[in-house]
Amino acid sequence: MESVFDIIGPIMIGPSSSHTAGALKLASMARAILGDTPTEVKVNLYGSFAKTYKGHGSDRAIAAGFLGFSTEDERIPDAINIAANMGVKVNFVPSNISVDHPNTLEFEMTDKSGLKVTVQGISIGGGNVIIKKIDKYEVNLTGNYETLIICHKDYPGIIARITQIISNKNINIAYMYVSRLERGKDAMMTIETDDYIGIDVYNILSNLSDLNFVKIIHKAQAGG
Amino acid sequence: MVNVSSFSKISELISMAGENKSNISEIVLSCEAQKMQKSKEEIFNSMSQRLTVMRNSVEKGRKNYNYSVSKMVGTNAVKFDSFIRKNTYLGGMVEKAICYALSVSEVNACMGLVVACPTAGSCGILPGAILSVSEEMKLSDEKIVMSMFTAAGVGMVIGNNATLAGAVGGCQAECGSASAMAAAAVLELMGGSPDQIGHAIALALKNCLGLVCDPVAGLVEVPCVKRNAFGAVHALVAAELALAGIESVIPPDEVILASYEIGRLMPKSLKETSEAGLARTPTGKKIESMMNN
Repeated sequence: MESVFDIIGPIMIGPSSSHTAGALKLASMARAILGDTPTEVKVNLYGSFAKTYKGHGSDRAIAAGFLGFSTEDERIPDAINIAANMGVKVNFVPSNISVDHPNTLEFEMTDKSGLKVTVQGISIGGGNVIIKKIDKYEVNLTGNYETLIICHKDYPGIIARITQIISNKNINIAYMYVSRLERGKDAMMTIETDDYIGIDVYNILSNLSDLNFVKIIHKAQAGG
Repeated sequence: MVNVSSFSKISELISMAGENKSNISEIVLSCEAQKMQKSKEEIFNSMSQRLTVMRNSVEKGRKNYNYSVSKMVGTNAVKFDSFIRKNTYLGGMVEKAICYALSVSEVNACMGLVVACPTAGSCGILPGAILSVSEEMKLSDEKIVMSMFTAAGVGMVIGNNATLAGAVGGCQAECGSASAMAAAAVLELMGGSPDQIGHAIALALKNCLGLVCDPVAGLVEVPCVKRNAFGAVHALVAAELALAGIESVIPPDEVILASYEIGRLMPKSLKETSEAGLARTPTGKKIESMMNN
């Protein structure tokens, strides 16, 4: 709890900060990670989401998140129809597979170019969420900061090269997380910063060698 | 001039208010402005916006019949509102607190717009309490908005030393925290001292210790909606007790830690999983199976 508005807030469509607002925020962040409104999403619902998603309107909130609505958008109750009319197919699949956190969601997204990204996250209460996995990589993203997601080759010095670019732009890093599947292969770095990450940073990073995926998620895209 | 940067305990809020000869609300507002590097005016306006949303949900809830997805709730606020227009037993302040808390909580259950405070499940308690008190006492909006900072400060201390999630601490973490927050806000509106506010927080939270979260069909409806009405009145009782000089033997920070301990000891089946209690009554099970088909 860093801010008074974590307590008196969010302003949101009910009924549940974790199962409605939180579900929407997870979908918004997944959409930002994909980089576009998906054309098709398979939503795997785990734990208490699997049992209570209809009554909590989690399904409508998730559809709303994929459309880029905020948690306070009064169109949320109708979001499934709106998504269908816009050609966004959202398929909800409750699962009884046991998971670490009782409020877990997974989105298997496809965009219009055919790009597929799978994002998994948890809703931890009060509308706060954490993205835990992007494809095979473990991450830890809250959406409360400006966020940079980079896929890169795993070798000495690459992290320093990237953070140097960020530091040159006078951007302060709040949290940083690096994960890889195997030494010397692909790795994923996520960086959460206090300051706005502009397109200039994106342009420099996209031109670096050995980086094959660079994505910026602005704080405002997290649906809060 | 208040110049403070952070607080982690209720006792710190009280002593900082004492040192600065100010209200707790001013301490919380100053801390927020410093931490977020924004002007106090900007922070005040964001809070003021939340007051507007609260008022709108009160008006919406008591004027319109609405049904939740399960149809379990949605008509109680209208019923109570029309009842108290013709009858009065408990008196205006209490009746309005009940009515407004029901309104906001039902708007929430019916997918309407609310302010989570601290959660959506407990969102009726703070507006129910502060809007009834401020109307009956004819207080300015500025005072109401400031009292919300006091409530927020209390919520931050609870969140940082215990929990605000029903899944972790049971309903004492949600409606208990909301009642403690509302008691503090109400007492500031009534002109209570920071010390008295500390007692009101302790009194309100103590009386919610052990409260379980066993919602029928896992929804924020039964018992949540009506519990919000009780929670708002609960806050008024705690505030007036403290204003009369009645003290909590156990100080607020110790009560908060006790609530966390109790929450951890509470079985998982009674923490938002709907595996026991009201959710597993014959009627509760029947409603759950209707929802799943």
